[in-house]
Amino acid sequence: MSDIVLRFDQIWKKFRRGEQMHDSLRDLIPSIAKKLFRLRRHEELRDKEFWAIKDVTFQLERGEALGIIGANGAGKSTALKLLSGILRPDRGTISVSGRLSALIEVGAGFHPDLTGRENIYLNGAILGMKRKEMDRKLDEIVAFSELSEFLDTPVKRYSSGMYARLGFSVAAHVDPDILLVDEVLSVGDWAFQRKCLEKMEAFVKKGVTIIFISHNLQAVANLCSRALLLRKGSVVESGPPGQVIRRYLSEAVSSARGDVRDRTIWIESVSIVDEAGKEADFFTAGDKASVIIDVRSNVREDALAVTLDFVNGDNLSVFNTSSERLGHGVFAVTPGASKIFRYGISLHLVEGSFFLRVEVKNYRVERSYDLLFPAASIFVRSEKGIKGTANLYPVFREEDAQRATDTLEIRQT
Amino acid sequence: MKEMIQEIIQYRHLLYMLSWRDIKIRYKQTVMGFLWAIFMPALIVLAGLVVRKAMSVLSGKPVEMSELVSVMVKALPWAFFIGTIRFATNSLVGNTSLVTKIYFPREVFPLSAVLANLFDFAISFLALVIVFVVFRVEVTLHALWFLPLTLLLVIMTAGFGMILSCANLFFRDVKYIVEVVVTFAIFFTPVFYEAKAFGKWETVLMLNPVGTILESMSLAIVHHRSPDPFWLSYASLWAFGGFLLSWYVFHRSEHLFAENI
Repeated sequence: MSDIVLRFDQIWKKFRRGEQMHDSLRDLIPSIAKKLFRLRRHEELRDKEFWAIKDVTFQLERGEALGIIGANGAGKSTALKLLSGILRPDRGTISVSGRLSALIEVGAGFHPDLTGRENIYLNGAILGMKRKEMDRKLDEIVAFSELSEFLDTPVKRYSSGMYARLGFSVAAHVDPDILLVDEVLSVGDWAFQRKCLEKMEAFVKKGVTIIFISHNLQAVANLCSRALLLRKGSVVESGPPGQVIRRYLSEAVSSARGDVRDRTIWIESVSIVDEAGKEADFFTAGDKASVIIDVRSNVREDALAVTLDFVNGDNLSVFNTSSERLGHGVFAVTPGASKIFRYGISLHLVEGSFFLRVEVKNYRVERSYDLLFPAASIFVRSEKGIKGTANLYPVFREEDAQRATDTLEIRQT
Repeated sequence: MKEMIQEIIQYRHLLYMLSWRDIKIRYKQTVMGFLWAIFMPALIVLAGLVVRKAMSVLSGKPVEMSELVSVMVKALPWAFFIGTIRFATNSLVGNTSLVTKIYFPREVFPLSAVLANLFDFAISFLALVIVFVVFRVEVTLHALWFLPLTLLLVIMTAGFGMILSCANLFFRDVKYIVEVVVTFAIFFTPVFYEAKAFGKWETVLMLNPVGTILESMSLAIVHHRSPDPFWLSYASLWAFGGFLLSWYVFHRSEHLFAENI
């Protein structure tokens, strides 16, 4: 029998839009009484209600890491709150075995007037640790947070980064069987974020079951063995992270744009095709591809340029070029014109997801006509597992020890 | 029921930590620190003594020492009661971020409010013992009734605290009502005066369960007599019945807290 530690079975949860108001005291008393004693469950939607979670089912085996992705308001955090028992589903059953620890928000239990040390103890207790356990782990927690100098300062004097670091440090030292993580990596500086990710990876290696919610798709891809895409409370896709992330990105692209008809010059479509000329969104590092951009115009303009920008999962631009800079010069359009441009590129990228940003502008006066972001998205796999920002094409070999010393000596002279 | 108790036992560390937090932050950034735990009730006692003196001037009867002692004995538990009720009513709403973000039994909030105030009560009670020793106030073994009576008061307060914190979460009107009631309740509760002073209305005053307990305390410590069995059972009924009922209601509505806060 497989070792299922967590089961989320056909869960439905509804929320109410707007303020909760009772018309009069006469309605109010029976409605409370009904709620308290649960005379019947309201399974149908009433006025202003909507399903925040709609028939969601998944289960996790021991040691699995599940990533949940989706746009804001897709029900990700609600799912975690249901799991941790903060909310109760309207329909369906949830079963959890083992100690569950939720990092729904780091530092939620902090009190501003207490010192760092006092808050560590307090937050530890909130996360279910005993005092003795905390005594044992205090040094470790303090070392992880790198805040030992400020340990006896009230946390109200902390910067928000310090606050978040302390919060994550405590939470990361709970020994959970199941860990629920909700977008907690977006805190702290770059070095600390790395540290948090490493800590999470260590949890995965130790066999902790993890549910991970993040908009950092890179982290989801690296950390999770499986992913779930939610949209408006329903599961849209589930499976290997790469596949789910691609689906998410393609949906994000299609929904990102409003009506373009009121523009004077606009980008009608952008597509990425592989060498065979077929539209694609999954590449291997080094592959050749083309970006095809269809620009339409209603006006006359004679100094247009098209810029292309690849942005990675951390929102960092990894490649940027423009037709003008490539020596093509500017181009002109007339009303009713339709122009198709093709950028041939080689995807010497690292592993991860990349988003394409396309802009049409007047190069001389820096007037932007249309900007599409993300215009398209791709996922690049690196056979050599190259990570980071740039592919430096590494070649690795062991040097002859004698020769290495020689080189050193030459350098010194 | 068994589950509810087990859950509280499981989370007792959290209960201690939250009580400790409440105690700690109450006197943070104050010059007097923990001395406030003595000063505040001392001020109430002082006010009581002034009122008592004024009453004796009006009625023309001299103040007896026993009456002054009685005011002291009753003012401290009263301070505990109103302090806890005020604090507990706000205990869920004041911890919104915890209620909506992290799971644990919510009873911990009002209960920790009770424990934190009980700590203050214990300190002020020690001060009272010192006063008794200094002024050589005579006590007998009957004074031991004080302990079970305090327990009764604590349970009753916890019951009120739970139901009020829960009600305040759904309807913020509750905290204003509580504020008004708590401020004026001293007129309807025999703290600065004795229920006996009202002659045939005594029974009406004793129907207030807090008053019943306070009167029994004064009876045991000042008048060296055991509490009246009828009134004692009456207060116990309030304490235990109220506690269980409000715990039940609290527990049943717990899952609605995060959405309705």
